[in-house]
Amino acid sequence: MSAALDARVGKPWKKPPFIASSALRWTMIIGSVIYLVLAIGSFDVNWARVYRGLDRGWQFFVAFTHPDFVSRAGEIKVGMIESVVMALASTVVGIAVSIPIGLGAARNISVLPIYLVCRAIVAISRALNEIVVAILLVAIFGFGPLAGFLTLSFATIGFLSKLLAEEIEDMDKVQAEAVRATGATWLQRYVFGILPQVIPRLIGLSIYRLDINFRESAVLGIVGAGGIGATLNTSFDRYEFDTAAAILLLIIGTVMVLEYLSGIIRARVQ
Amino acid sequence: MLRLEKLTKVYKTGDKALSDVNLEVPKGQVLALIGPSGAGKSTMIRCINRLVEPTSGTVTLDGVEISKLGAGGLRRERRRMGMIFQEYALVERLSVMENVLSGRLGYVGFWRSFLRKFPQSDVDEAFRLLDRVGLVEMADKRADELSGGQRQRVGICRALIQDPSVLLVDEPTASLDPKTSRQIMRLIVELCEERDLAAIVNIHDVALAQMFVSRVVGLEKGTVVFDGAPEELTEDVLTRIYGQEDWSETIQKVEDDDEEDAAK
Amino acid sequence: MAISTNDGVKVWQRRDRNGQLKLWAMWLVGTAVFMWSWQQISSVTTWAFFWDAPRIAADIGGRAVPPRWSYMDQLWEPLWDTLNIATLGTVMALMMAVPVAFLAARNTTPSAMFIRPIALLIIVSSRSINSLIWALLLVKIIGPGIFAGLIAIAIRSIGFCAKLLYEAIEEIDEAQVEAITATGASRWQVMAYGIVPQVLPAFAGISVFRWDINLRESTVLGLVGAGGIGLQLQGSLNTLAWPQVSLILIIILLAVIVSEWVSAKVRGAII
Ligand SMILES: Nc1ncnc2c1ncn2[C@@H]1O[C@H](COP(=O)(O)OP(=O)(O)OP(=O)(O)O)[C@@H](O)[C@H]1O
Ligand SMILES: [Mg+2]
Repeated sequence: MSAALDARVGKPWKKPPFIASSALRWTMIIGSVIYLVLAIGSFDVNWARVYRGLDRGWQFFVAFTHPDFVSRAGEIKVGMIESVVMALASTVVGIAVSIPIGLGAARNISVLPIYLVCRAIVAISRALNEIVVAILLVAIFGFGPLAGFLTLSFATIGFLSKLLAEEIEDMDKVQAEAVRATGATWLQRYVFGILPQVIPRLIGLSIYRLDINFRESAVLGIVGAGGIGATLNTSFDRYEFDTAAAILLLIIGTVMVLEYLSGIIRARVQ
Repeated sequence: MLRLEKLTKVYKTGDKALSDVNLEVPKGQVLALIGPSGAGKSTMIRCINRLVEPTSGTVTLDGVEISKLGAGGLRRERRRMGMIFQEYALVERLSVMENVLSGRLGYVGFWRSFLRKFPQSDVDEAFRLLDRVGLVEMADKRADELSGGQRQRVGICRALIQDPSVLLVDEPTASLDPKTSRQIMRLIVELCEERDLAAIVNIHDVALAQMFVSRVVGLEKGTVVFDGAPEELTEDVLTRIYGQEDWSETIQKVEDDDEEDAAK
Repeated sequence: MAISTNDGVKVWQRRDRNGQLKLWAMWLVGTAVFMWSWQQISSVTTWAFFWDAPRIAADIGGRAVPPRWSYMDQLWEPLWDTLNIATLGTVMALMMAVPVAFLAARNTTPSAMFIRPIALLIIVSSRSINSLIWALLLVKIIGPGIFAGLIAIAIRSIGFCAKLLYEAIEEIDEAQVEAITATGASRWQVMAYGIVPQVLPAFAGISVFRWDINLRESTVLGLVGAGGIGLQLQGSLNTLAWPQVSLILIIILLAVIVSEWVSAKVRGAII
């Protein structure tokens, strides 16, 4: 029997805590409890109103069993087409702009001033919520899908450029080494060493982004930036739950189809 | 005493991994199971504790027919069968101690185990076992911080703390270097001796098997083609099990190893 | 890639003839679709506004500066509400996402025939609908206020968290689960010892990730009346109080930066 064993046998055993310092641990536990109490306390729920609402909630739920595609078929059609169009166009433009910005934002192949500018664009695009951007663009460009299209393009740029830049930064470490070793020029290295590796990923990400853009385009209408959201908003306002249900089903259906397609395409290119 | 009778396993894919295997392992015997890849060694071991459901045939452990048990009974009987895995199969994000104590799960209730409040006797036994394999200092380390050999020792502790009457060991050394392999095999055999445990050790390294066990069973395409003492493993027999090859090297090595061992 | 023989000389091409054609066809279709989309957009756009845009932008920009700093007094409370909507919404979502994820994961679902499709349906319907739409709906159902925002965030996040979590569950190392099963552990013990430790890091990562997103989303919920700082934004926009709008946007930007920083820290601590 070793000394180390003597020290431990017969004594209770406890799992070593996740946070080693007990002071910190207790501060965090007590802090979270206090926060939760305060936060929950700050919710001033009008339960009577909620209770009355349950009935309406049920009506809405039931509406899904008999969605009404017909009464507002015209508006729904226009709205859906607008949403799809906005998603498609903004994805294409977004990709086209993302490629140069993504290259510029990759530390290893860009020069510092360009790098900083590109990174700033990416950061702003990612920090600003689509809805906020849409509100501003609607104020500037007026109501309609143009504002929505610009919003989604801007969001796509932030999303794709960042991923593209990271991809290139990762790639260079392992892959471009080999090309560099053969004494290739910068352009050759770029064309042969980096692009072929990045393109499949880029295609996959673009398709994924198309999917996101469609989903987002469905809400931009709420702030007047075109798409199915406006129709949805109106139908809620008029309490036409069966039309709303129809629109939501269309959105869910389209999203599912897009997700399925993007799954297939991504599996094929990668 | 562990007895397999007419044990047969056909996988859903149609692979007949075991056909009519009969085998008896008396108490305290360490048995090496050898055979080419795909012979059905892992399948046999897993059919015993029913991680894989046998298609037909029976498995009996100390008079209890395991292949007939319902879910609750099976859990109770699994406690008496310790299992050791090739890739250790430790829960990597748990501490060494938790991994060892997880061998007692069949004996304690859900909440006790969930809150890590194991009986003191289990805790003491866990420390004793860890001390036996030289890892008591590591008790509070996370399992993924250990080396391969150390992990396998923890795996052995987890199996032994179950207080089993048979050990099922699936390629314990396949991921280890030669020296560690030997240490681990020696440890398993010694522990089986100390506790009078039966063991089925499924192993690729024929030389290593010959060095440590008292009985070797050769499996080929799901049937037993050899059953005897390690000395009886001649070139002929190996050819029967593994197919045509030059075996003199393998057997030569065995003799060298034996001398080396004797010299110690 | 293919090698074709041309006048007895082997010519290497990246793609064979068929592949080349398909590629061209794809480009053609893609371009046509884009042109059509663009035409749809431009046909409903009043281009006069577009050309006027720089002037309007400059005008708005001119009015928005400087931000009305004194307005900050009225922003603390909505900001606190926004934080609570995001945090409690994430907590609620996680509590429901965990069981849904276990029911949806192929290796833990009790019935792949009946229960798994239901769990997947819950995930899909929660995920496909943006939280702003959920908020719109809930405001109609249970009335405006932060409670509607909370529920909207929670419902939207269930699908997101459950999807990532069930993918993590499906990727666990089965050997560890088998090892625990082999000790004679019960179903729940196998869950607690074999599965949970393996998915815990993923769970923590997902929670923080979603919290970060939720904080961003809850800043705009107020636009449809579901509480938080968006309400002030809406009010300021309606009254064309641009100096207030710019202050709110700055605050939102700061909140996003802080939340990104916090989530990066927490993620670093866990993994
Ligand atoms: N889960 C499974 N589903 C279908 N067939 C399987 C499964 N597991 C094993 N098999 C098949 O059963 C046969 C025996 O496999 P087993 O894993 O028992 O072999 P083994 O002797 O342990 O081989 P190795 O030495 O490579 O581990 C093989 O033909 C294998 O393809
Ligand atoms: Mg095997």
